[in-house]
Amino acid sequence: MAKAAAKTATATSPSAERRPALAGRSTSATGVKVEVLPPAERMSLRAPEASLAALSKALGVTLPKQPKTSASKAGRTALWLGPDEWLVIDEAGKDPLADCAKVSALHSSVGISHRNVAIAVAGPAAEATVNSGCPQDLSLAAFPVGAASRTILGKVEIVLLRTAEDAFRVECWRSFSDYVFTFLSEGARDAAG
Amino acid sequence: MLLIRCPYCEEERPELEFRNAGEAHIARSANIAGESDDDFEKFFFIRSNPKGIIYERWRHMHGCARFFNAVRDTVTDKFVMTYKAGEPKPSKLPGVAK
Repeated sequence: MAKAAAKTATATSPSAERRPALAGRSTSATGVKVEVLPPAERMSLRAPEASLAALSKALGVTLPKQPKTSASKAGRTALWLGPDEWLVIDEAGKDPLADCAKVSALHSSVGISHRNVAIAVAGPAAEATVNSGCPQDLSLAAFPVGAASRTILGKVEIVLLRTAEDAFRVECWRSFSDYVFTFLSEGARDAAG
Repeated sequence: MLLIRCPYCEEERPELEFRNAGEAHIARSANIAGESDDDFEKFFFIRSNPKGIIYERWRHMHGCARFFNAVRDTVTDKFVMTYKAGEPKPSKLPGVAK
């Protein structure tokens, strides 16, 4: 099936037709909007300290070394997940995998664009909405703008990124996205209440 | 909720992000096939299970995903300290009289 689909695809669109989970869904409550974001290119990157300079140069964004931080440049964001692990999200449509392929320094880059679904939570009550299922301290002092962390929401694992003082990007696995969206919708209603 | 300090994330994080991974500092023999049955039993099954201070492996499963070691009091359930995997057993424990 997959082979046949690949053969019929034209040269201009090499990948199969994309049908993102929950595409276009959104919900609003007083003070907060929960919205499924459009697809993005994503990459899971594992690399030792010695490779970071070369990878940062190839990606065009400096890979952060501090825990719970992220770096962003020209639509591409690198999130620190662990001491040798990053999640790279590209919303400008460029493929970070292709950039890493040219790097000879030791690293492992795996494309996970279709594995994740991103949900934006924005508004004055965004913090309370995410905190309805996330046990981390999300006050601005502990989780400032640009802070990123793998954590949990309810019973699933998410990657949380604070994009603005009152906005978060929640990355979850595709198969969990329905749960996460519903959870955040309920949380938004509670936070507004 | 317990807050556990992850030595890799360098801050205290909620316990829900962590998993216990059994007793720490149990070295696997370099020649496991040459182990006697008694020694293998000790390595594989026998744990100290103390009342008081215990050295444990923990994993920051839903965070940085790293394994690390923790010193915990089994009576009070308080974490005395945590340290990175591979580091030696701390000789001095803060706040523990001995």
